[in-house]
Amino acid sequence: MRDVAVVATAHRQVPALTGTTEVQLLVPLITAVRDAAGLDQADIGFTCSGSSDFLAGQAFSFVHTLDAVGAVPPIAESHVEMDGAFALYEAWVKIQTGEVDTALVYSYGKSSPGSRRDVLATQLDPYLVTPLWPDAHAVAALQARLLLDGGLTSPTALAEIAIRSQRNAVDNPQAVRSSADAGVDELLAEGFVADPLRPSDIAAEADGGCAVILAAGDRARTLCDRPAWIRGIDHRIDAHGLGVRDLTRAPSVALAAERVGVGADRLDVAELHGPYTSQEAVLERELGLQPDTVVNPSGGALAADVLMASGLVRIAEAANRIGAGTADRALAHATSGPCLQQNLLCVLEGD
Amino acid sequence: MALLRTDLVLEYPFTRTTGPVIGAFLTGLRDGRLYGVRRSDGTVSCPPVEFDPATGAPLDEIVEVGQAGTVVSWTWVDPPRPQSPWDDPHALALVRPDGADTPMLHAVLVDSAASMSTGMRVQAVWRDDRVGHIADLAGFVPADGATDAAPVTAHGDEPVRSVRTPIRLTYDFVPSDASQEYLRGYAERRILGHRSPVDGAVFIPPRGVDTRHGVATTEAIELADTGHVGNFCVTHLPIPGRTDLEVPYVSAWIHLDGADVGFLGLVAGCAHDEVRTGMRVRAVWKPDDQLEATAENILYWVPTGEPDVPADRAGNRAWGADGDA
Repeated sequence: MRDVAVVATAHRQVPALTGTTEVQLLVPLITAVRDAAGLDQADIGFTCSGSSDFLAGQAFSFVHTLDAVGAVPPIAESHVEMDGAFALYEAWVKIQTGEVDTALVYSYGKSSPGSRRDVLATQLDPYLVTPLWPDAHAVAALQARLLLDGGLTSPTALAEIAIRSQRNAVDNPQAVRSSADAGVDELLAEGFVADPLRPSDIAAEADGGCAVILAAGDRARTLCDRPAWIRGIDHRIDAHGLGVRDLTRAPSVALAAERVGVGADRLDVAELHGPYTSQEAVLERELGLQPDTVVNPSGGALAADVLMASGLVRIAEAANRIGAGTADRALAHATSGPCLQQNLLCVLEGD
Repeated sequence: MALLRTDLVLEYPFTRTTGPVIGAFLTGLRDGRLYGVRRSDGTVSCPPVEFDPATGAPLDEIVEVGQAGTVVSWTWVDPPRPQSPWDDPHALALVRPDGADTPMLHAVLVDSAASMSTGMRVQAVWRDDRVGHIADLAGFVPADGATDAAPVTAHGDEPVRSVRTPIRLTYDFVPSDASQEYLRGYAERRILGHRSPVDGAVFIPPRGVDTRHGVATTEAIELADTGHVGNFCVTHLPIPGRTDLEVPYVSAWIHLDGADVGFLGLVAGCAHDEVRTGMRVRAVWKPDDQLEATAENILYWVPTGEPDVPADRAGNRAWGADGDA
């Protein structure tokens, strides 16, 4: 295996990008990471992006966003209809082949033009489930109730997860929801959006994007002071049918955690992509994190959830803490699909 | 100034082939019956799955399950979602039919969330007009004691082989700042481009970025409404809905004087076989009192009669052989 590191990151999260195209969003982010690493596009061996055209209703939007990269002369490029964390995985594999030493990874989501909770119904079984239009909050609520009925969490425990996010997000200028003084009683007094989920249980929707540069070995050491080395990366998938799996569990998380060695050493930080408090509860249980691991110091996806970028942002947030020297070993997680169906885990370490 | 915006509606009129397993389930729905499939371990999945989720083995033993079942989990949907089969607030639930080992997603039709509880017994209710669609099952209602539904009549002899599942998504489309400025220019009979800060190349329409270099552009410049044909196509097939277009018509890349890339326009005012690369053209605008913030203000482009631009100098100037202007 080649040593591969995150050497530069940039991301932006706002409530809505009205009047700004995805291309205009990405130009400053891609420029920022290339400048930070001192690379221009000709120095980058591979470019990989993640997005979904269903969010803004823009056909082939990923082709448009190559305009933000500057694809003249032609570049080696790929795209996944997934969160950017999965694009990062593809770029990591490309570097492992030895063909390239550097990669640019970016992803973006502009879901504000549509009704995101309804658009997400189109990712379900198109024969028997999508025609019933179960919105994303309803699907997550079915999972949350199973957890509550099973005694695996409680309304108070979910509110405490929300509060942790809102408090941590106070120090994150990219958060779109934060509060220094949110309290359990106050959150539990809110009405249900999708019983048993309250507003605080549901991620704050955001538009935005994220860009990351990866580099291998000695090249990484020349591009930044403290590379965030990818010591383990794995992604796994559970069955898509909502009825055929135990929604209180995420076996794909547990398996990926074992393969990347989550429990092999102390973790300073874990950035988890849980778009619902109930899903963060499932993730923590499957990962078996120790009490001294700081969970979601950025506020996590609950504080700002950019569909298709939230997972890559988790990797960026974890890498930034390695880079700044405030963490030596960090975990980043990304999810995709309903009820934590697909999961990617990435362990990052400083030298 | 109010932003220009418009509804963008995407429709996907899917008709899906069902295959034998999903087809058997939909055929059952049409006939008012619920079916599952027996899995490798002997358990029954409802709705049926084509392959065993645990082993991947193909499955084909279709078994009927009960009309009554148990609520495994539920949530309350209020307001009902725009395209769902339900017009009133309702529960969405995972219901495990008697005889099945997995729950299926569907509605429980009650008046309020207070009527819902995990573990409650429910009973299938059917629409009268059934076609082989998941919404043939109107939903479940609370069952009191008796759990055997009266059999309902079959609706057809042939098995269901396809199902219509149209999708309609509506977006609030707001053009970018650069596009807003460009469209407003048309209302004043002006054509605006953007100049690249890299080498001065001029792009139309302005997109707020020099797409060759990934660099933002902000400098708007007004362009002439004259130029030349950089490339063209003669079309002999009508476009559905465009009764204003008589075939054959000529669409062309129009290269405005002062611009380094072309943009799309129609060429008229001469026979279609007289159109040629390098031909000089000018815009024909709608009357001033009909101008709006739209590129449709230019009806078409007509020949000016000036000498042609030599073919080797016609067309895009922004991309040289080395990628520079």
